[in-house]
This record gives sequence, C-alpha cells and structure tokens, in this order.
Amino acid sequence: MKQNRILSPSTIAAWAFALLWALPLLYALWAAFHPAAYATRFEVTAPLTLDNFKHAFVAAPFPRYFLNTVMLVTGIMLSQFVICTLAAFGLARWKFHGADVLFALILIQLMVTPDVLILENYRTLQHLDLIDTLTGVGIPYVASAFGIFLLRQAFKTIPKELDDAARMEGASTLQTIWRVYLPLAKPIYVAYGLVSVSYHWNNFLWPLIVTNSVETRPLTVGLQTFASVDQGIDWSVICAAALMTSAPLMIAFLVFQRAFIQSFVRAGIR
Amino acid sequence: MNIHIQGWLLALPAVVLLATFTHIPAIKTVIDSFFSTPHGTRPARFIGLTQYHSLVADPIFWRAFTNNLLYALITVPLAIAFALAMALWVNGKISGRAGLRLAFFTPTILPMVAAANIWLFFYTQDYGLLNQIGRAFGFASVNWLGDPTTALPSLMAVTIWKEAGFFMIFYLAALQQVPPDLYEAARMENAGRWQVFRRITWPMVMPTTLFVGINALINAFRVVDQVIAMTGGGPDNATTLLLFYIYQVAFTFWDLGYAAALSTVLLTGLAAVALAQFFLLDRKVHYR
Repeated sequence: MKQNRILSPSTIAAWAFALLWALPLLYALWAAFHPAAYATRFEVTAPLTLDNFKHAFVAAPFPRYFLNTVMLVTGIMLSQFVICTLAAFGLARWKFHGADVLFALILIQLMVTPDVLILENYRTLQHLDLIDTLTGVGIPYVASAFGIFLLRQAFKTIPKELDDAARMEGASTLQTIWRVYLPLAKPIYVAYGLVSVSYHWNNFLWPLIVTNSVETRPLTVGLQTFASVDQGIDWSVICAAALMTSAPLMIAFLVFQRAFIQSFVRAGIR
Repeated sequence: MNIHIQGWLLALPAVVLLATFTHIPAIKTVIDSFFSTPHGTRPARFIGLTQYHSLVADPIFWRAFTNNLLYALITVPLAIAFALAMALWVNGKISGRAGLRLAFFTPTILPMVAAANIWLFFYTQDYGLLNQIGRAFGFASVNWLGDPTTALPSLMAVTIWKEAGFFMIFYLAALQQVPPDLYEAARMENAGRWQVFRRITWPMVMPTTLFVGINALINAFRVVDQVIAMTGGGPDNATTLLLFYIYQVAFTFWDLGYAAALSTVLLTGLAAVALAQFFLLDRKVHYR
C-alpha cells in the first residue's frame, strides 16, 4: 500500500494536472526573466535578465501606480473597518427600532454590488466632483454589507458580560468597542482585511471608469493602459509588468499561505 | 442616551453611504430606463417602455445575453468539478501536497487583468504558445481570439483557471468536516472509490456545492475584466457579455437611457438569483 501511494495513477494525474495549472504562470516567469529572443524558445542555456522589468518601469509610471494602489487599498480597508464596525456593533448588540429592516436593506448590497451600478454611481461622483480621484474610486465600497455582516456575526459571539463589565468601569460605547470588541474579533479583522485588500488590489472596471490620469490610476488600470498601447511593446515586457503588478500580493500569499486560505474560508462561509 | 437613537447614530455613516451608492442608484437606474437619453439642450423625457422595445429588438443584446448564459452554464460546472477534484487530491495523503495546493490556488491571487494579459500571449496567432504546441503535434495554427467560434471558449478557460483554485479552498474546508468514521465504515464494507465518493463525499459537500455554485453564477454575470483586456467584445460581438455591453453603451456610446434599461435587466436577474438562494436553500445547511 505504501509504495503504491507514491506513484499511483491518481498521484500522477494530480501532478500532471497541477503542472498544467501552473503552466501559464511558469511561462510568464520564463518570458519575464529572459531576453525577448527567448520568449518562445525554451533553451536551458538562455541567459537570465532583469531588463524586461527595467523596460516596463521606464516605459510607464509604475512606481506611481504602485503608490496609488497602496493608498487606495489601505484607505478602503481602514474606512471599511471604522464604518462597518460601528454599524455592526449597533446591529449585533441593540434591538433598536427598525434594526431588522435596516439589516435586510444592508444585505441587498451583497447582490446589487457597485459594479452593476457603474452608470448611476459615475453620475453621483460627477455631482460630488470626485471623478478622477482616489476617494471616488474607493467610496462606493466603503460601507460594505459583507463587512457589516461578517463583523456582526463575530460581535454576536462575544459574551455580553464583558461589555457590561467595561460599562461598570465607566467606559463609553466607543471605548467599549475599542477595548473589548476589537481585540476579541481580531481574527475576523485579519480575514476581512486580507479579502478586502486582495479584492481592491485586483479591482478593474470601476477604477478604469473613474480615473483618467497617472496620479490616480491604480496598477490594474495602469497595466491595461500600458499593455494596450500597441507600439511594438514585446510580450516579455508585458509579462514582466503583469507579474510586477501582482508581485506584492503573490509574495504576501507565499509567506502567509495558511492565513490567506483560512481568511478566504472564514469570510466565505457564513 | 437611549439605544434607539444610539443604534441609528452608529449605523448612520453606513446608511448614508449605502443609500448613496446602492439603494438610490438602483432605484434611479430603473426610473431612468423609462426615459430617453438627454442630448445637449434636449432633456430626458418619459418614453415608457420604448427602451425595452428596442432592447428586445436589439440583436447585440441577445448576443450578449446568450453569450453570458453559455458562459455561466459552461464555466460554473467545470470550475466546480475541477475545484472538487483539486480538493480531493490536496486533502488526501498525496506526496507534495503543498506544491499542488500552491499550483492550484496561486492563479486566484493574480489580478484578472494580469492573468488576461499573460493568456493573451498564449492565444496569439502564429507564435503564441498554444499554437506552437499545437504545431508540434501537427495541428494547424488557430486564431484563438480572432475566430468567433473559439474566442468565447478561450475567455472561459481563463475564468475557470482563475476560479477553480478559489472554490477548492471551500471544498477543502468542507472535506475536513466529514466525520472520518463514515469512511471507516465504507472501508469495512469494501466499498469502491466511486461508491465512497457518490454515497459519502458528494452528499456531504452538497451545501458547499450550492454555496459555491450560486456565487459562481452571480460572478459569471459580472464578468467584464477579461473581455476588456483580451477582446473588447469582438470578433463581431462573439465575446460581448452583459456587463461589458452595459459598459460600452454607457461609456462609449453615452446612451444613458438604454444603458439604464440594460442595467435593469441585469439587476433583475441578480435579484432573482438572490431570491432563489433565499427561499430555495435552507440557510442552515451551511456549516455551523
């Protein structure tokens, strides 16, 4: 039985399948780290190079795009934390008038997501004078039904005695949230933060519509602008740029694999 | 302060933002779909169902609709099947599990635009990787994204590649919940592998399949990134999907009234799925 395990047909099938699945990325790595002449010639002796990355950096303002994306995802995440925490606390702890109706209305956003409302939201941003700003890119996502739902569930599992105790010591509502609920729900914040950051790092349609200058464009839109300018840019450089835009998330994922996977599961199973 | 006021005060920022960017725009979309598109000094005027009449008569809408339906009907079951196979492999005592999991899950982390640009090269005519491999086996070169018959399946492949690994993790979590004594009992009865899968594994992961299936279905109707990055809807609208068509009508043709009618159709579809999920599925079947 034991020997069977190593080379059983199922194992071989699994590995063949995994190789097939990894092929696009392995190929992109090959193209990005070799001169253009070797983009489709696979020779072991092909020289390694970083020139493709250098080209991409010179040809388009990627450092600026990186900065925009980092500001965007941290801004969205922090605002989501604040706004969703407040709403979730009220909904989890107090039976105030209309709380159930309010919660149902909030959940509608799980279906009617901002990407289906691009047209009206664009017009709203025009009225608010937020077109081509990072605030405009982020603001429709800040009050997230998903975040409120997730945190409300987490808060409900926290024993009420703890916040009664905090109140006895004279803590206000906000202090109670800060001292009792935040620390106890930390794993949920980590999970939600990871999901939020990877979602907005990869988000494309809405930022494409809202931004039209280098100062606001996030990486995804920058990459697309770069790749669609058809001026003899070669595939090796595009592969390098594509990998570069995903590199921070990829590296974070490789380092914190377990946390990532657990977070996605925790956030998905409700 | 009494809890009724305090509760609403805490929820206030979320309420204002949700109303501004979800509820009011959703209602306005429906209302706008009964009005004409304003041009210059001519304001929008009420035209009843005219937008919907043109929608029914619009061949591109029907193309986008059928394309999208096909997209959902093909990518959702395939991604689920692959995801389950991956999870079964990774969950078993296979050598090199970590490597397998990495290969399966990594595409999920990649932005769709980045994945699309990498796959674009795969599909390139003449010197693209896929055609090079094909030629080595004696097949003729195919213009994957330029041919109306292969363009949509080519996009589907990218979606499946990116989504299967994501769904895998939900199956992994579910498989770990299956009580080991069920498998133990099956082993005592000398049940075959297929029987074990059909009688134990499949029913036990059913809630996950429903959960993943519904989410995948909703996502399939919001696919747009790879269309913009890879084909722009072409050739001859062979890859135009609903959200892409809305984007095009709204932001390329600026036909706001018609875009509102198209959005209303999409919103209704998503709402129908949501209601189906709510009423048809017993929400308690999901874990915990």
